[in-house]
Amino acid sequence: MPKLTVDGKEVIFEEGMTVLQAVEQAGQEVPVFCYHNRLEIAGNCRMCLVEVEGSRKPVASCAMAAGEGMVVHTKTPMVKKAREGVMEFLLINHPLDCPICDQGGECDLQDIAMSYGRGISRYDEPKRAVEQKHMGPLIKTHMTRCIHCTRCVRFLEDVAGVPEMGLVGRGENAEIVTYLDQAVTSEVSGNVLDLCPVGALTSRPYAFRGRPWELTKTPSIDVMDAVGSHIRLDSKGNEVFRILPRVNDDINEEWLSDKARFCMDGLRTQRLDRPYIKVKGKLQPTNWQGALGKAQELLSKTDPDKIGVLAGELVDTETFYTFRHMLDMMGVNHRDCRDPGQHLDHRFRAGYVFNTSIAGIEQADACLIIGGNPRFEAPLVNTRLRKRFLKGDFPIAYLGPEFTPGRDLTYPVQHLGERAKVLEDLLNEKGTFAKTLKKAKKPMLILSASSLKGQDAMKVLALVRQVAETYDLVREGWNGFNVLHNQASRVGGLDMAFVPKGKGYDTQGILTAAEKGKLDVLYLLGFDHPSLKDLPDSVKVIYQGHHGEAGASAADVILPGAAFSEKNATYVNTEGRIQQALAAIAPPGEAREDWRIVKELAGRLSLDLPFETIDELREGMALENPYYQYREVLHQNTWGQFGRKGLLAQDHILGFDEDYYKTNVIARSSLTLAQCAVAGGWEPEDAQQEVTHA
Amino acid sequence: MLSKNRIFTNLYGESTPSLKGSKRRGDWKGTKALMAKGTDWIINEVKASGLRGRGGAGFSAGMKWSFMPKGGKLPNYLVVNADESEPGTCKDRDILRHEPHKLLEGILLAGFAMEAHTAYIYIRGEYFREAEAVQKAIDEAYEDGLLGPDAAGSGWQMDIHLHRGAGAYICGEETALLESLEGRRGMPRLKPPFPANAGLYGCPTTINNVETIAVVPEILRRGADWFASLGVKGSTGTKIFCISGHVNHPCNIELEMGIPLKELIETYAGGVRGGWDNLLAVIPGGSSVSLLPKEICETVTMDFDSLAAVQSGLGTAAVMVMDQSTDPIGMIANLAHFYHHESCGQCTPCREGTGWMMRILDRMVAGEAEAEEIDKLLDIANQVEGHTICALGDAAAWPIQGLIRHFRPLLEQRLKKAA
Repeated sequence: MPKLTVDGKEVIFEEGMTVLQAVEQAGQEVPVFCYHNRLEIAGNCRMCLVEVEGSRKPVASCAMAAGEGMVVHTKTPMVKKAREGVMEFLLINHPLDCPICDQGGECDLQDIAMSYGRGISRYDEPKRAVEQKHMGPLIKTHMTRCIHCTRCVRFLEDVAGVPEMGLVGRGENAEIVTYLDQAVTSEVSGNVLDLCPVGALTSRPYAFRGRPWELTKTPSIDVMDAVGSHIRLDSKGNEVFRILPRVNDDINEEWLSDKARFCMDGLRTQRLDRPYIKVKGKLQPTNWQGALGKAQELLSKTDPDKIGVLAGELVDTETFYTFRHMLDMMGVNHRDCRDPGQHLDHRFRAGYVFNTSIAGIEQADACLIIGGNPRFEAPLVNTRLRKRFLKGDFPIAYLGPEFTPGRDLTYPVQHLGERAKVLEDLLNEKGTFAKTLKKAKKPMLILSASSLKGQDAMKVLALVRQVAETYDLVREGWNGFNVLHNQASRVGGLDMAFVPKGKGYDTQGILTAAEKGKLDVLYLLGFDHPSLKDLPDSVKVIYQGHHGEAGASAADVILPGAAFSEKNATYVNTEGRIQQALAAIAPPGEAREDWRIVKELAGRLSLDLPFETIDELREGMALENPYYQYREVLHQNTWGQFGRKGLLAQDHILGFDEDYYKTNVIARSSLTLAQCAVAGGWEPEDAQQEVTHA
Repeated sequence: MLSKNRIFTNLYGESTPSLKGSKRRGDWKGTKALMAKGTDWIINEVKASGLRGRGGAGFSAGMKWSFMPKGGKLPNYLVVNADESEPGTCKDRDILRHEPHKLLEGILLAGFAMEAHTAYIYIRGEYFREAEAVQKAIDEAYEDGLLGPDAAGSGWQMDIHLHRGAGAYICGEETALLESLEGRRGMPRLKPPFPANAGLYGCPTTINNVETIAVVPEILRRGADWFASLGVKGSTGTKIFCISGHVNHPCNIELEMGIPLKELIETYAGGVRGGWDNLLAVIPGGSSVSLLPKEICETVTMDFDSLAAVQSGLGTAAVMVMDQSTDPIGMIANLAHFYHHESCGQCTPCREGTGWMMRILDRMVAGEAEAEEIDKLLDIANQVEGHTICALGDAAAWPIQGLIRHFRPLLEQRLKKAA
């Protein structure tokens, strides 16, 4: 291993490391502004200058490759002077408005100026002022503070893949702008707020709302999509003020999608904070006794075959487990956790998870995307695909409908068409991409779960499985078969077998049966669907959830539950990774953790669930599904004959046609995200947010 | 200097720049035979001639060419820097409009030596007529088979593309030039990697000044020894000097390197306006180098090493002469305005420092600064110099350092008077 000397200490470094990394390895701190280990190197801030023997000038350590035998100094007068000089240049035109700057307390410029600055100002000239820029509903700008590090520009260009920001003007007059003041519409644009080392780009929704030192930080898991990004909930009092990513190289690296970052106002509005029951056609507030009593009455009086249970997109795994236990005891077979019309085979776990793993994408050397749109179903899986693409030699093909302009993927794909027949061609090794797949050493395919809808879904699933088998996607040490989910509850629900039992109806079946009055009681577990408003009066609806929307409007009984930020709960991401979210705040009003509501209800129905505490519950889950013993890790999943062979009736693959900012009830309740939907062109300018009060 | 040693025989455009006229003057003579001697011979000959880059930095041309990888998978490129923007410099301009075939022949020979099939000439946007002249010469050369699939009958394919810049000084910096040529914002790249490893479109690239390339055919024809016998040690050969300012006959003139500055001005530029004693200072190598007061001008010779020894530089050999009527502070302030305007804004010291220095100098010109600020200005200049990505930061700092080095009493006097 090569070695170099840093301040007299010899350190071993890896080939390809920069001087900066080697110096950090030696335990020395190097101040940086423009350098970021997940972005391209720019070398423009000049803060990381160090002295390398043999070089007359100080060297920008972020951009210089470490070399065998280099002698580096970080504490010499030359280095000190260089850093003080750069610090001074950065500060001369930086406004002295720290007291009113939202970056205060977590500002790199503040921190580094404290450690490396001179502490006095020699600047007697007028300071530069820069006009404010408009960058959309998420990014608040104060461009006078900008130090031109171009992290934001590089992020959008390289990671997000949409070069929406750039530098215009020269010299002192250089400014970071969006093209003609357009809004930044990237689905991961919020990350530039974290990247900005100063207060030039700050969060608009969080503007002037708090200081970092006042906030309580709770590590948690995001549920806005099925990626399961690691997040930090920053709360004050009983309110989540902001959501930030935590570094996790296996999943989200250190990025976060906009939906996850800015959904917090959705956690405050439209909340169900007390139980309700319907009296004479009108919902009336009541207490838990009353609501649970009414629910018990409805459930105990009804024939189990006349009860349907539907679970929505944010249900945690504990609730699935508890509820399924209760339904098994009651003998209720009509139950489902999938989207209406969606088919997923829960029998073999390898058939419904992202087996390659998100980090595993970086090892793949060919990829076939079937249906959906990873960019909006799982933005951070998409950034991983782009990252892999940028490394080169990564042919990607896509099978599905043409993308709406502006919604295309952030890397070039070979479009194979939109007909499922193409899969049959692939099976017969027809077409150029067949050759690519055949040659690849680590090929992968991504099947969008949202495209598995309709009568052909199981057949498409079987076809895709056969493709995977034909091209040897599943082999020793590599599983290239992936299902990409876009809802946080899905994998957990399938793991807990929250699917129809025996001849039970699936989601579409339950909805249809209820509409036709064939069911008497519909229990909605955070399930909302526009068709619920057309239910006949004979169907009694119990709604358990945290937001008042279509489900709650149709309800006869409302049992207020807790949102993800308010409960200790387990979520399983699309990879099948079992992760635990922690409660940052308490549920509003009288709302309770969901599994406890179910447990309470079971008690009232004289059903004895074999656990009292959440730990006992989790033990039970782990006994039923052994891989639930281990959180955060991935498991070898069983492969099997999933799907159902047969002739395709319709011959096309489905795309992702939902509004990205409206895929779950929290997102739909968020005003910020509603503005994003308009700015991003998902909705017309004059769209009013639909508000349905419970 | 003996006129037979002159390379640019049509520097003043007295004869036609056409292919026919150029051939009459000796261009494109025996090009095929020169190429037949092989790439190594050409590179060694250029090395032996001691030719140093004429764009300002003065790096050995033969050495630079030898860095180019041979037989690699990626194509090699030759890029000719015709973005002549250094204030005071207008030597390439005369080559481009009066001697374009020297450049084209040089490109073929140099390109062949570094195994490049494609060459780009990046020409300053303001050189509109010059671009027309070069394009005409390229068309003539293609028509005559001197360029194209079998250039000059050598069997070597050589294509030359002319690309016009948009008038930014920074695009004369070689890596910014490459960025601009690739269609991006002209901002210097980080080095390493050097262009010889990863240049244009990531391929091995050599960037040479117009004059450097244009003298190559004559060196090869007359031999390295001939070129090396001219000039002085370390600065061999002839060089076009651009003399401007307060002289009686501002001109471009090709002379041997190492000529005393006084002789250059007095003999070839008609002398300083009002006589040698009316001289105040000279900037010997374009706006980026430090000025020299009269005492130094008396003795200094015009070559790389002598000028470096007096903390200035040969640069582009653009000699700007100032007589006693000049306000040196105002003159340097003017240059500071130029660098402030031309800083690309990429890296901190140059972006912020050029404006700061400019404002202090403006106040000094008007006598509205404190005497203590001279040291502050020097310190700021030192903070810029050597801390930037490219040499523009250095170029902005050197004239100011030179001013303070040589004219400190004047500065102090003016600031004291104002106070």
